[in-house]
Amino acid sequence: MPTPVTSTRSIVRGLPLAAVLWLLPLTHAVAFTAYVSNEKGNTVTVIDTDKMAAVKTIKVGQRPRGIELTKDGAFVLVAVGDDDTIQMIDTKTGEIAGTLPSGPDPELFAFDPSGKILYVANENDNTVTIIDLEQRTRVGDVQVGVEPEGMGLSPDGKILVNTSETTNMAHFIDTATRQIVANVLVDSRPRFAEFKRDGSELWVSAEVGGTLSVIDPEKHQVTKKIRFEVAGLRQEAIQPVGIAITKDGKTGFVALGPANRVAVVDGASHEVKKYLLVGQRVWHMAFTPDEKYLLTTNGVSNDVSVIDVAALKVVKTIQVGELPWGITISRQ
Amino acid sequence: MIRILLIVGLVLGAVSLAAAADPVEIKLGYLHASERKETISLLDLPSADNGLAGARLGIEDNNTTGKFLNQHFELLEERLSKNDDPGAAALDLAQKGIAFVLADLPADALLKAADAGRARGLLLFNVGATDERLREQDCRADVIHVAPTRSMLADGLAQYLAWKQWRRWLLVVGSHESDKLFADALRRAAGRFGAKIVQERVFEDTGGARRTDSGIVQIQRQIPVFTQQAPAYDVLVAADESEVFAAYLPYRTWDARPVAGSAGLVPTSWDASHDQWGAVQLQNRFIKSFSRRMTALDMQAWSAVRMVGESASRAPAGDAKAMEAFIKGPDFALAAFKGRKLTLRDWNLQLRQPILLADGRTIVSVSPQEGFLHPVTELDTLGYDRPETKCRLQ
Repeated sequence: MPTPVTSTRSIVRGLPLAAVLWLLPLTHAVAFTAYVSNEKGNTVTVIDTDKMAAVKTIKVGQRPRGIELTKDGAFVLVAVGDDDTIQMIDTKTGEIAGTLPSGPDPELFAFDPSGKILYVANENDNTVTIIDLEQRTRVGDVQVGVEPEGMGLSPDGKILVNTSETTNMAHFIDTATRQIVANVLVDSRPRFAEFKRDGSELWVSAEVGGTLSVIDPEKHQVTKKIRFEVAGLRQEAIQPVGIAITKDGKTGFVALGPANRVAVVDGASHEVKKYLLVGQRVWHMAFTPDEKYLLTTNGVSNDVSVIDVAALKVVKTIQVGELPWGITISRQ
Repeated sequence: MIRILLIVGLVLGAVSLAAAADPVEIKLGYLHASERKETISLLDLPSADNGLAGARLGIEDNNTTGKFLNQHFELLEERLSKNDDPGAAALDLAQKGIAFVLADLPADALLKAADAGRARGLLLFNVGATDERLREQDCRADVIHVAPTRSMLADGLAQYLAWKQWRRWLLVVGSHESDKLFADALRRAAGRFGAKIVQERVFEDTGGARRTDSGIVQIQRQIPVFTQQAPAYDVLVAADESEVFAAYLPYRTWDARPVAGSAGLVPTSWDASHDQWGAVQLQNRFIKSFSRRMTALDMQAWSAVRMVGESASRAPAGDAKAMEAFIKGPDFALAAFKGRKLTLRDWNLQLRQPILLADGRTIVSVSPQEGFLHPVTELDTLGYDRPETKCRLQ
């Protein structure tokens, strides 16, 4: 187990014993860096996952939402929808180093496995835009359903799945031919698509429908529909958005929006095992690279909840900017 | 009869999955009257395609989805002149192979169209009329109500005023029938949510033009006089669907008080400034297509077309009866940029929906307000609920 770094020790010193014990699990984490896009604040908050605290705020363009790290870790890309572009933040300097021609109103995006191609959902013109990251040019686009949003790439990079919020489908796009090969109808307002690492299942959340569809990516069929029930909450308040699945595929986490909960789903049986109370209107999530922690963005309460993945407990809340939306975590 | 046959131009893009078979054709009708509404503000003058444009955008959205399902949607418009028979117009649409008709008609005309269309299996979507009686004593099994009712609008407003603790209302009512009906809904809402109407005044419509070259001089003097000597109140609530006086109230009342109802803070199903829950995408699509902003009537028509589109996605698309059964069934839900799913009240076929409170520039709040609870859905704190209904669907 790594030794706690000095800075943390100095914080710990002088605190009552109970507080020290409570901090202990966090002090053993390897320091990673989380980047949180704040939709209303027009900023990206940088979190040190060792200190579990915000350490920096970067000013970005209008309405930052989708946020991802490039494969080489050199840049954080953030879709600034109201500026119709994607900004590149240099992870070394924390400065904006360039922009990408994303097409109008970019929201979510995904990389191909090589990290050279970027697929972007453009809500305003029903397209998925394909961008060459090295050339920083637009190399093609695919017409999809109304209001494209969720983007998930199969682990082998051969299939890109895009969800369209008003058409209510998951579109399967062959990344080689850039043609749609299948469309799978899901419940209302699909927001997010996530493959299991072994490619055996695709999970798609339906925000208004209140369900999560488990799809067989070979047969293009919904094999299971997961429903959520939280005691004391009306069904309309349960609005699944973000999905995170552990590398071994054994545990899935589903952010339930205004239900203020993250559902823990068994990866094999697809039973809901637990609901974790987090901040208000939880939307997107990211694991630390060691999968010890899962960080969630809570839009209405302007904070990030830290979930201990092994213990399935919320262990900390970190204040960030206004209306946190997306999150990505770097190894550095 | 002015009859315009309109086929919404659709270019089916080259799509990999476009099947070789001919697409399933789903035709919708749009029945409306040609009367033009007078408004106080120049900004509110409805364009000739008010409502119709929303339906057209819904058709376009359905066709984008239809590309993947081998379905094709079409809209036929029928505009009624004053002496035209709505029943005959409904039959005419049925003759053209239409099973779903959007109706933006006054209550009596809507009922005539519904009763004539019933034998031909028409399903009507009431997109314009807010009358309670259409959902209560005059309800019909072949009419789905997409427009909110006056009581839903009034309750949405009253919940917010209760939250603000503006509990003392000065109610000013216009002299037209529709104004009185809205006033009835406001009185009921006051009773339900703990507000007190400290006094009621009637603003008589004595005729006259809404647009004059120097009318502002008189209005500035008339409104303070009209509103003076009122008992202590927190908010002036106006019932003026006819747009005779309400828009003149803000900034001109004797006492410095906010205005709500038909002016000031207005309860509505949609507003051009609504940008929450992805709504900005729909607003942008609408502006791009029609070079104007989207009204509540446009949204109600869009929602109706999307209801048909949803049923075509999830029920056998060629089978109108199966589609109707899906819409009326327990699995139906519509996503309409209001933060939660919209469903149908099965006792009177009214679409449940949140009510936006708009000040003309922004959305001030969205009802139901937190804390107004209901055993089934908070949306049923708005309007007449199941135990109160007079509707017997048949």
